[in-house]
Order: sequence, then structure tokens, then C-alpha cells
Amino acid sequence: MTETAAPDYHQMWAELGLDLPTHDALLQAVGSMYGDAYLTQANRPKGTDYLDFVLSEVHGLRIKELADFRKSGGKVFGTFCLYVPEEIIRAAGGWNVGLCAGAEFAYDQVEQIMPRNTCALIKSATGFKLAKVCPYFESSDLVIGETTCDGKKKAYELLGKMHNVWVMELPQMKRPEDLAMWKAEIRNLVKKAEETTGTTITAESLRAAITEVNDKRRALRRIAATCTADPAPISGKDRLLATQVAFYDDVPRFTQMMNALADELEQRVANGQGVAPKGAKRILVTGTPMALPNWKLHDIIEKSGAVVVAEEMCTGSRYYTKLVAEDGESVDAMLDDIAEKYLDINCACFTPNQGRIDDVIQMAKDYHADGVIDISLQFCGLYEMESHNVEQAVRDAGFPVLKITTDYSMEDVGQLSTRIEAFLEML
Amino acid sequence: MRVLGLDIGSRTVDALWLTDGDVADWAVADSGYDPGSVAAAFAGREHVDRIVATGYGRHVAKERLDAEVVTEIKAYALGAHALFPHAASVLDIGGQDTKVIALGVGGRVVNFEMNDKCAAGTGKFLEVMARALGFELQEMASSALSAPSGVAISSMCTVFAESEVTGLVHRGEDLGRVARGLHESIAKRTLSSLKRVGAAGPLVFAGGVAKNAAMVALISEGFEGEVLVPHEAQTVGAYGAALCAAIEPNGGADG
Repeated sequence: MTETAAPDYHQMWAELGLDLPTHDALLQAVGSMYGDAYLTQANRPKGTDYLDFVLSEVHGLRIKELADFRKSGGKVFGTFCLYVPEEIIRAAGGWNVGLCAGAEFAYDQVEQIMPRNTCALIKSATGFKLAKVCPYFESSDLVIGETTCDGKKKAYELLGKMHNVWVMELPQMKRPEDLAMWKAEIRNLVKKAEETTGTTITAESLRAAITEVNDKRRALRRIAATCTADPAPISGKDRLLATQVAFYDDVPRFTQMMNALADELEQRVANGQGVAPKGAKRILVTGTPMALPNWKLHDIIEKSGAVVVAEEMCTGSRYYTKLVAEDGESVDAMLDDIAEKYLDINCACFTPNQGRIDDVIQMAKDYHADGVIDISLQFCGLYEMESHNVEQAVRDAGFPVLKITTDYSMEDVGQLSTRIEAFLEML
Repeated sequence: MRVLGLDIGSRTVDALWLTDGDVADWAVADSGYDPGSVAAAFAGREHVDRIVATGYGRHVAKERLDAEVVTEIKAYALGAHALFPHAASVLDIGGQDTKVIALGVGGRVVNFEMNDKCAAGTGKFLEVMARALGFELQEMASSALSAPSGVAISSMCTVFAESEVTGLVHRGEDLGRVARGLHESIAKRTLSSLKRVGAAGPLVFAGGVAKNAAMVALISEGFEGEVLVPHEAQTVGAYGAALCAAIEPNGGADG
């Protein structure tokens, strides 16, 4: 940690109502986790400097930008899940940000209002709110939830007592009648967003938002594509971080910086320059999302000498692979395009969910994976249950699979290291 | 060439020396509170050309003793294969881990499973239960063996099972039947894990818990295939690590 005169944001945090001593402790903990996981990496691409900068200012500069935006009348929407279309929020003149989770925080308080055996994602997000340490939550004029699992549904009821929360209904199947319902729900979101910002969505603003968000996804796709090369030019950890940052950062700036990173990575591939030696074991990770600062699995895998070449998860390919069609001519047509793109995300909350299994196998082939690690957050019934089918299908396709159930705690790092190292030895 | 294999586990540190591929000596010591120093004492005993370490403390050995490292999975697979070349699978129940390994040609690991973060069904579990019953470890095993049937124990969590056992003791349940029930519950869990990885016979049962006659009897009874218990079941990991040091060009060490 350098002691240069970093701007002091305490005043701003106090105005947001954060609990300052607890928040200071959180920042320190995240800083040291980041240092250990990220700054120890060798052969990092230069373009990751931007990610380092964003992380160093994750509760600073970015929150100030949100505060300035709100002072000028802008509205901030906090979201938890991929199914909430950011295009609509942006078209209505709002900004959306992902909310904090990914670390064990204030579980003692959480367990007063939720069962202990709730998944880490829900407990963590709730903990950040109860302990008043998530400036994104506190900067959100409206939090948009979604009915992707039973735990979240009930959590939004609890969070709704503490914050302005609105919940979208997501179907559980992908039949035509489900799509029709989802299209209607997308229109409900339009109404809610317009009501919140006071700005009506036009064909022009919606088209601009679709292009802008597609461009962000295209930049992430370029980065991902470079990892089909051996050696991979960037670590899985850094790619994961880029995806995590995509949920928070200013969209045009992030897109520009990620395209610059992709330029560098494409050059590294051309030069045969890797983050690990050519021939290092290549791992595809699939499963539950990894909210910032959850870097645990990638850290263990890559410190064991392998490279994570892709993630089939919400903080991975599910976020950036599919684009919204760009040829919609009316608001209505574009909203339908948005509905179709978003319903096409393959989350375990759908039944059946063969699309995810097909994606995992296709990605394992495309990225020349030596093995697949399927990770479920403990007590995530959906992913834990789906894990068996994923394992069987991926094994049948000829890829070794390691199944892991874990959470954000560090107590099982020893056991996980042994299992992951043994898996790598086996490949 | 003289090489040393170290298995630095949660309960014991096992050392095994090979001279030109043959077992020259072996030793076992308690891990205590500073297993790194216990391992260092073994390493300092005499000059060796190479050290390969496995077990929880392997990375400490890498730093302190400049040892190469392999996981317990690979070490047990190699050790078991060297002792019993026709073995098709390995079961290792150690101090806080249970591992089941399906072997392929030449002792290669084909599939494996390890328990998650808790110590349910491991050596530690048995130690805690023996204390709850007022038995020595071996005494608990022999009374389990001589009990005609076991009391069903529903909890596999060490903490919950301890209260369950305490409840049974207070109800005046026969201690031998409780001991048998505890062993049966571990055997049941272990056998289903063996099924999941597709373990075929012959099965090499290694690790400290393989010294427990009741566990061996119950696993043998439930497993479809021959069950082989090495004479020094506890040193199979150290043997495998030493073989890595002796055979493989760079110890198979993964950094």
C-alpha cells in the first residue's frame, strides 16, 4: 500500500450513511485480499492496470461519480442479477450498478433475520446492507430484484423493509407463453424505470442503449476469445475481475478500456506471450456467479499452476456472449428483442436447462479445456441439484469434471487446494 | 540414490526413506503444534538426494525443506499401486480427510473424491466419539466388533453425533452397540463414496483408520471385491511420495 495522498472519501461515505469504522475494516480486508490474489501475479498484461485502478477506487471515485450523477438529478438502480436489462435503465436515463456481495460480512446480524443455511450470495448481500457498508446499495434510488430463486424472493421482502425495492417476475420455463409473460414484465420494468427517472424511453434512446451495452459485451467477448490460444494471454482471475467490474463501471469508459486491453491481448497471442507457460493445464469453470470480491476458486486454481480459460456463469459467458438484436425499428420491437435475449440466458432457475449443459460442452471444446470445474455455492439448491446432470453430460463428452461445493469462507482453502491440485495431476 | 517421502498430515508426520527404490527405513511422529519442525527433524536426520512431500503440510515443506510436492491423492495412488500392483482402487481414511481413488493403468488416478470441509467420518470423528463413550480407540473398535448389532446413528456431523451419542449413553444404551453404530455409519458413507467414483476391487484400505479392525471388517463386508490392508497402512502416503522422488524425472511435483 502506497501512502500517496489518496483522496479522502469519508465525508461522502458518511453522507451515504455508511458505518465508517466497519466500512474502513472492509476496505482494508478487500485490499489485502486483492493484493494477495492479483498483485502477486507474474506476466500480467499492462491493460490490467485499469482494473487495479478501478478496484483501488471501487468505493471511492466511482461512488463519487454516482453521487454527482444523482446531484444532477440522475437516478441509480441497484441490481443483483443478469436478468434485469440494463438497456432499459439506461434508455430511461438511469445508471445501473451491481450490488455488493462476495464476502462474508455481518453474518451474525444476517442470521437474526434469515436461516443460517442460506446461500452465501444472499447472506453476503444482506450483510452488506445490514452493516451499512455497501455504498452502491446506499447510492441506489431503486433496487430491482428478480424471482430467480426462493431464497432471493424472500430476501427481497426483508430488504424491502430497509430500502426501496421492486421485484421482477421471471418465468421458470422457456415456452412461448413464458416468453409472452416475460415480454409483458419487460414492459412493467419500462414503466417503473420511466416513473423513477421521469424520462420516457424513445426509440432513439433505446437504440443507443442497446448499442452501448452490446459494445460492452463485444469488448468482453474479444477478451474471452483471446483465451482460446495456448498460452492464454491473460489469467482467468483478471478476466473474472473484468466481468465483475462490468457491472459497476461507467459503460463507455469501461468499453474503451476493455477494447484497449483486448488489443494488447491479441498482440500477446500473436507474439505467443502467455500469463502461464504454454501447456499449462486449462480449466473451464461453470456454476454459480462469483460476485466481487469472490476470487477464491480462481486463485486456488491458478496458484496451483493451471489457467482458467473461461467461465460459463453469470460472471462470465452468460453475461457477454449473447447480444440484443440491433435492427429493431420501434420501441416495441426493441423491447421484444431485449426480452428474447434475456430469456435466452441459461440459469439453473429454469427447467429444463439443457442449454447450459450444451454451452459448457461447446465452451470446453472451443477453449481447449483439459478439465471442467463445476462450482456451487453451498445451499444453492438449484445449482447443487443441477450439478449431477452437468457432471454426467460433460464427462460423457470426454472432459474430466471436478465438482465443488463451497462458500465465501476461507476455512476450506486447504482441502480445496488438495482436491484441485489432485484434479490437475490427474488431467 | 537415497530419497525421502514425507506425509505431513493433520495427526501424524510419516517419513519413509528409499535407497535405490527399496524401502530403507520409515518413521511416524505426532504432528503436534508445529508439524513443519517435525518434518524438518526427519529431513535433517541424514543426507538425502531428494525430498517429496505430501499431506496438508506439503507447501510448508516446500518452503522450509526445499521439497517438491504432490497431493495425497497421487501419493496414495502410487504407494498403493507399488504395494499391490493389481489394486484397482484406494480408500484412505486419515485424521481429517477421507479419500477414495479409482486407479487406472500403472496406478494412475482415474477419479477421486474427498470429503468436504468437515471432518465427518474421519479419524478425528472416531477420536471424539471414543472420548464421548469413555473408550480408548482400540477398545472402541473391539467392543464394536463384539456387539451383535449397532444402534442407528443418524448424524454424521462430529458435533451433532457427539450430542446424539451422549443422549444414547444417558438413556443407558449398550456402549458396544453405540460404538458399532458409529462405525457402521462411517462405513455406509464411505461405501457410497466408493460407488460414486466407480471403485472396483481389489481395494487398498490405507490411512490411520485402516488400523481399526471394526472399520476393516465393515468395509470388507460391504464392498464388492477384495479389501487389502497394507501392513503399515499409515505410511502408504509417505511411500508414494518417496516413489515420486525415486521414479519420476521431476518428482511429478506441480509447483
